Amino acid sequence: MILSFFYNLGRFVNLFRLMLSKPERVSMYWKETVRQMNDIGIGSLMIIGLIALFIGAVAAMQFAYQLGNTFVPMYYTGYVVRDMTIMELAPTITCLVLAGKVGSNIAAELGGMRQNEQIDALEIMGVNTASYLIAPKLVAALVVIPLLVAISAFVSIIGGFLAVVPTGMITESEYVLGLRLFFVPYTVFMMFVKSIVFAFIVAALPAYQGYYVKGGSIELGKASTNAVVYCDIAILLADYIIALMMT
Amino acid sequence: MIRAVNIKKSFDGVEVLKGISTIFEKGKTNLIIGRSGAGKTVFLKLLVTLMQPTEGEIWYGDVNVTNLNKRQLIDLRKDIGMLFQGSALFDSLTVEENIRFPLDMFTRKTKKEKQERVDEMIEVVNLEGSNDKYPGEISGGMQKRVGIARSIVLNPKYLFCDEPNSGLDPKTSLVIDELIQTITRENQITTIINTHDMNSVMEIGEKINLLHMGKLAWVGNKDEVVENENELLQNFIFASPFLQRLRKQALGK
Amino acid sequence: MILSFFYHLGRFISLLRLMISKPENWSMYWKETVRQMNDMGVGSLIIVCLISLFIGAVSAVQIAFQLSEQIVPMYYTGYIVRDMTIIEMAPTLTCLVLAGKVGSSIAAELGGMRQKEQIDALEIMGVNTAAYLVFPKIFAALFIVPLLVAIAAFVAIIGGYLAVVPTGMITATEYVTGLRAFFVPYNINIMFVKGVVFGFTLTAIPAYQGYYVEGGSLELGQANMNAVVFSNIAILFCDFIITLMMT
Repeated sequence: MILSFFYNLGRFVNLFRLMLSKPERVSMYWKETVRQMNDIGIGSLMIIGLIALFIGAVAAMQFAYQLGNTFVPMYYTGYVVRDMTIMELAPTITCLVLAGKVGSNIAAELGGMRQNEQIDALEIMGVNTASYLIAPKLVAALVVIPLLVAISAFVSIIGGFLAVVPTGMITESEYVLGLRLFFVPYTVFMMFVKSIVFAFIVAALPAYQGYYVKGGSIELGKASTNAVVYCDIAILLADYIIALMMT
Repeated sequence: MIRAVNIKKSFDGVEVLKGISTIFEKGKTNLIIGRSGAGKTVFLKLLVTLMQPTEGEIWYGDVNVTNLNKRQLIDLRKDIGMLFQGSALFDSLTVEENIRFPLDMFTRKTKKEKQERVDEMIEVVNLEGSNDKYPGEISGGMQKRVGIARSIVLNPKYLFCDEPNSGLDPKTSLVIDELIQTITRENQITTIINTHDMNSVMEIGEKINLLHMGKLAWVGNKDEVVENENELLQNFIFASPFLQRLRKQALGK
Repeated sequence: MILSFFYHLGRFISLLRLMISKPENWSMYWKETVRQMNDMGVGSLIIVCLISLFIGAVSAVQIAFQLSEQIVPMYYTGYIVRDMTIIEMAPTLTCLVLAGKVGSSIAAELGGMRQKEQIDALEIMGVNTAAYLVFPKIFAALFIVPLLVAIAAFVAIIGGYLAVVPTGMITATEYVTGLRAFFVPYNINIMFVKGVVFGFTLTAIPAYQGYYVEGGSLELGQANMNAVVFSNIAILFCDFIITLMMT
């Protein structure tokens, strides 16, 4: 198992070395990158907005519930929701969901191209497939996913507001007071670091899984599942390391 | 015996079958032939009750099966066996477990009785020695034979075969065809085979139904095929110039 | 889009209704259920432990970081980690990851069976496929997923300990004091309710997606992705509803 880990790690690194080369035609790469940005960004916007609303709502209600038992003032709800969503929930949960959507999509697309011999066809034409098929996805993810995470954090805070204020759990001014309390701009920086790292994971691991898929449709399904699971683990591991290094 | 009476089927307003009436006889291998897109697969699925016709009736013996409820359908299906185009074996079960599956699910036999029945089936389809292999480990022809064994293990009265020869070489096709014919005769089953393989037509075509554009274009048996002058039939069976020359020689022209 | 939502909802409910019927043969259903329990439970144990270790570690590190600037005593770290993991992080994140692993493999399995006509083959034999193929999976998940969630909560608390105590952020006594402070047994109920509901969600939705898949491998990949994304959304939505009703 350890051996296979290092085998895969080596091949993964190798794939990225292959990827870093001068594009055959910059305009082709640019077009592909824009298409990917659109797919990843616009395609996931609704879902991200929806889940962020729930995440914020749950976080706010649960904190209001927990604070109800302690001597901590109620306006802490707003403060905790803000910090928790910005630092932790928005980047992590958004990227876990994106791993399921974008990641499995990338694995399925590249895996399908491998099986239909489309990758071979591109290679025969002299295209550097590692670069042409993977680099645009990676660049697009690195640009778009941090934006999605920022939107998600913003929507979560609104979701928190909608969950606790109209229901009368705390007042509007308490929530807003909490939101403005002890604000450390550094946490926003942390959010962007996390989202860039997670974006890399969400694009790169599934691309690797899909690019090297072998066998038939069962193996393709397996590669797609593996892509999502490995992404999830890698995201949470990276989350821990970043939290450790940046706090 | 299975009777189809004026069967029509439409999908989203497009009529695929335009009124087909025919009879499939007991103890014979009944063929449905036709070009790709003629409606063969849809017709077979209607006959086997996986789909319901838009219009018309299907009779199994003296039972009208067109509008059965779920429970009646399940009872009916105890008498049906089907061989699928891709064999449809369960990937996670071995050859033996695949054949035993219907016995496990629907009978209260003891382990020993089941094993005897499975061994018997394996002998019928000549698969001795492959009992513990998985579907992925055996050839397409062997998979078909496992599929046949599984479909007849409960002694069905009706056997349906969807393109039993697709993806097989001519020699293996012949083995499968003969196997189906033997089983049909020995057990007096009503067998319906959907095919576009002309070798099958000439070997086991005891009753042939040619479909064309959703209509029945010709009915007959293999002995009538060479002499018949129906243009659609000749275009289908003797598709290449080479085969047409052979036919002319056979007719002595 | 709304029309298609109701179409799918209706077909989903009718699938569940079809599923509830007397089994043809109890022992076959039981065997299948046990197999599913093994696949889901034992097959996911390592991953669940791994991610919950990180989840606990991240929560503890981040809370310790936030509390260090506050009037709130440091032992609150243990208290917040315990409640946060039990009520929210363990059930939700575990089930999001399980949706990626278990859910996508259910969708792929059923979708593959549909495409290779194995479902038709079962139907022709007279098997109620909705019951035989779907019910054991859902039933197994209703037992196994709550257990996995409980293990996740436990491991997450240990993960929190390992992250903040050996690194000297807070002392062992403080962490344990926090763990034992303000304990509300009701929170365990919330965790198990979430576990059961999410267990249903992450098997039933992928089963629906796989069972009704049409077309080729492209559609199978699409169904697989939809299975994960829709289960994720449904999990977060249910999380919100449960929080609303139980706190």
